[in-house]
Formats: sequence, structure tokens, C-alpha cells
Amino acid sequence: MDWEALSLSLRLGLFTILVLLPVGIAVGRWLAFHDFPGKSAIEATAALPLVLPPTVLGYYLLVAFGAASPIGQLWHSAFDRPLVFTFEGLLLASIIFNVPFAVQPIQRGFEAIPREVREAAICCGMTPWKALRTVEIPIAWPGILTGLVLSFSHTLGEFGIVLMVGGSIPTETRTIAIAIYDRVQAFDDRGAATMSALLLGFSLVSIALTFAFSRRIGRRLDRS
Amino acid sequence: MTGLSVRLHQERPIPLDAEFACLPGELLALVGPSGSGKTTILRSIAGLYRPESGRIAIDGAPWFDSKTGIAIAAHRRHAGLVFQSYALFPHMTAVENVMAALDHLPAQDRRRRAGEFLDLVHLSGLENRRPDALSGGQQQRVAVARALARDPQVLLLDEPFSAVDRATKQRLYREIALLRQSLKMPVILVTHDLEEAMVLADRMCVLHRGRTLQAGTPAEVTTRPVSPEVARLVDLRNLFDGAVAEHRAVDGKTVIDWMGMRIEAALQTAFAPGKAIAWVVPDGFVVLHRRDRPSRGDQENPVAGRIDSLAVVGQTAQITLRIADDDVHPLHFSVPAHVARRNGLVVGGKATVSLLAEGIHLMASVPGDGR
Repeated sequence: MDWEALSLSLRLGLFTILVLLPVGIAVGRWLAFHDFPGKSAIEATAALPLVLPPTVLGYYLLVAFGAASPIGQLWHSAFDRPLVFTFEGLLLASIIFNVPFAVQPIQRGFEAIPREVREAAICCGMTPWKALRTVEIPIAWPGILTGLVLSFSHTLGEFGIVLMVGGSIPTETRTIAIAIYDRVQAFDDRGAATMSALLLGFSLVSIALTFAFSRRIGRRLDRS
Repeated sequence: MTGLSVRLHQERPIPLDAEFACLPGELLALVGPSGSGKTTILRSIAGLYRPESGRIAIDGAPWFDSKTGIAIAAHRRHAGLVFQSYALFPHMTAVENVMAALDHLPAQDRRRRAGEFLDLVHLSGLENRRPDALSGGQQQRVAVARALARDPQVLLLDEPFSAVDRATKQRLYREIALLRQSLKMPVILVTHDLEEAMVLADRMCVLHRGRTLQAGTPAEVTTRPVSPEVARLVDLRNLFDGAVAEHRAVDGKTVIDWMGMRIEAALQTAFAPGKAIAWVVPDGFVVLHRRDRPSRGDQENPVAGRIDSLAVVGQTAQITLRIADDDVHPLHFSVPAHVARRNGLVVGGKATVSLLAEGIHLMASVPGDGR
């Protein structure tokens, strides 16, 4: 059992959803409440990581983050360390490949709020910020939680992109999914089996939660 | 200038050409068919919709003025809006829903005040129920309490009775009628239901395709429409073309030439003799000549015809009488069902009615109007 890899994966997942929570709410809410030309194109772009082979996305991220790229150079000049093969680079990649997993369920959650309910909040004298906190998020929460659970568990399991952008550096970029692969390569079947069972159990729990939440989206509104 | 004054104009996407006012304590009904723009007008007042041009002012202070560029944000306008779907917050209890509109009070006073508003709409005891555990009528009351809790300068009701059953509706009418005696702000009721407007409104304003056509008391508008268009919108079916024959100052009558008959109406000198006009007579001013009880009133504009249709709805028989050829549409009137029976009224049979002069109302005829 590679505890360092597990802890790294948990940290990566946690930071990923911490960033994706506000981003997902802002983007998902925007897409849910507004219609504009090109909306479908934006939705399609945000969904792209769902269908793009992980190694392909990983390759482009590697190129984009590399020392020769503007992003890589900017990062290097700001923090005096490279972006690829570091935890920060891995986090950035993780945020990007999780966008559809966070945004889509959050968007569905906000879409379940009837327009009149949002308008009622405004007519009650609530500022947009207060309406978001006291009316919209409490109604959209099953979608928001689904997005977070999906992003977190997807981060734990992602392999291709992590290997491309991060490699397998212990305590820096070796996540639990990479560690399992390493254990198998080293003929350590027991280690691989333990970690695989852990991820399996975790995935089962998260998918059960996701299904439970998605049944709740809009349910209270249907009954009232 | 106290109360609410509204003037809105735009071409697209929804055409609007509306102007009306509502005094404090007055209930004005905006009446019109679906798509007549009434909800858009209500949303404009609340600040949820921004029209192209116009002015909305409350007690003289503008909420919206396209000339000066004033457009107060919706959450800063004290407008209480009761939505058609009630739009209660599903995750909050009844009392929390009302408290949500009480941000202008200190936190410790809100629950007590919200309870008072629920009291006002007869919902004490249900404070801690969520909307999904309340009936439609109860949800509507929470919505009214929440709108009033906003301490509104104007109360806006968007078809608030469309989702409740008939019996509940009648009860809610009575309650709203009682409640509004204590309200000091202008109240705007949007409805497509004429009966609702007649029961609840002090004045009504008829809308069609975003245009305000006529404002007045329900009695005025439904018996003295300003145009054939309004007559049709307020469901006056006895609408005919004719011409002014003469004005008789002697007995205070204007005589109309109608299909070779001379119909006497109360004196209405606005139209010169010889001029083509449209005229209406509301159902209530069409009186059946009863075989069992002939009266002197029978001499007033007697019109004979053949009964085209007879439908008994509850205690009332609704009858159409065909006067002459099929080109002129028939005369509508109703009598108690027992009167229809005793007088042997049957489809195809003959009947004579009087058109009461006081009920006959003349309007300018609209050229090319496809009546």
C-alpha cells in the first residue's frame, strides 16, 4: 500500500474540487440561466474532455505547460519552478479535465430552479448575491454535490493525463492510479490488489451518492 | 401625483403601447386574452423586464424612466408580486418564505412579523410546513403574505387564482376582497377572467396586443365599450352594425336603423344622423316577452326571431335568437331555465324579445372590420 500516493491523490482531488466549486457554480449557473448565440459551442467545448482520449488531452496539456510554451515560461518566471512534472501542473491539468464533470451536473441543478422562483427572490428584495446563497444554491445543491463527487473520484482514477503531464514522481506527481500501475510492473500483486480494492470501494460509494443526488434534483419542486 | 402611473412603449419583441394609473388602495384589473402583454407590463413594474421606453412612477418618484435613464434595480423596488405559480421557495417553511421578504427589518423582529402576516391570510398553525405540504389555496396565501411582507408600494397579482379549483377560488375572492380593505397601496391584478375582474376590481383596463384600449369601472367597460374591439374582448356578443336614423331631444332617444327596424336607444348625440355605427346591447338588457305574463315593457324595441340554439347551464337557459337572414349573427340572451320551460321555448320555435333602450350603446364603426 502506497500511502504517499493515496495522500497525494486525496490532496489533488481536494484542491481540484476547491477550485472547481466556484468555477462550476459560476459557469454552470451562467449556462443554465442564459441563452445566447454560441451557447451550444461553449457547452460542447466544455464537454470535450469527456470524449477526448486522455493521452491526447494529456499531450496537449504537456505541450501547453512545457518550458517552451508561454504558460510554462510565465509560470517559471513567477514561481521559479517548472509547471510540468510538478504537483501544481498536475492540479491545473486536473482542473481542466474535470470541467465537464463539475459543470454539467451543476448546470442541471440550476436549470431545475424555475424562473419565477428566482424572480421571487429578487422581488423579496434580495441582492443577486443573497439570492444565490439563500435560494439558488439550496435548491441546486444536489447538482452541485454530484459535480463535486464526480470530479473528486474522477481525479483519483485518472491515469493517462496524469502520466503525460506529471509522470510518476513520488510525493510530487505519483497518484494512486499511477502507483497501482507501478506495483503491477514490479510484480507486487498484493499492493496492486489492496489499492485497487480501495479505489473500487471508493468509486462504488461515490456513484451511489451521485445517483442519490441526481434523483433529488428538482424533486422538491415537482411535489410542490 | 400619488399612486402608480405607468406608460410603456415598445415595438419588439412584445409590442407594448400601454398607459394607465392606479390610486392608493385601488384595485385595477388588467384584462386581456393570453398574449396581450399583461404579464409583461406587470413584470416591467416589478423591474423584472426592461421595456424599450416609457415611465413607471410610484407616488411621483420614477422606478423607470427611459428619458432620464432611470431604472431602479428590481430588488430595490418595493413591489410585492404574487406569481401565477406562487413561486414559493421550496426548501423553506411557510414562515421562512415570508421572512425572506423581511430583510428591511432587524433580524430579531422578522419571525414575529412573518407570523403576523401569516395570521393576516389565515395560515396560523401552518408556519412550519414546507410548500409541498400545503394545498394550492394555502400556497397562494403564503405567496400573498410574502408579497405583503415586502412592505410594497404596489401589490402585483399575476393571475393568482388560475391554479386553484372553483370552490377555493370563490373563497379566495372573498378573502382578497376583505384583505384589500386594509391595504393602502395600489393593487394591480392581471387576469384573463372577466368575471374575476368584475368581482374584485374597482376599475379595469382592457388590453389587446399590448395596447390599453379602455379603462373604467367594470360596469362601464362591460356595458359602454369604446369600440367594437373592446366589446368583443369583454364578451359582449350582441354587437351589430347600423346607422343613426335620428336624435329625438323630445323624449331623449336616439333611433338606430337596423335591418329595416327602428331601434330606440338612450340619446347619444356623438354620432350624426345618417352615420354608420356599431352598437351593442348586453345580454342583461335583452328581455323575453313572456306568454304567461305580457307587460307594457314589451313595446320597447320588440324583435321577433327563431330560436337558433338553447343550452341549459345550471339554472340558466342560454338562448340565441336568429332575427333575419344568416348574414347577421344571432341575438344572445338568457332566462332562468324554468321560464324557458314554461314559455315552451324550443329550438326552431318563435320568440320575441325587447331590447331595453337604456342598455343600447353606440360606438364608432370600424371600416373594414370583419364583423
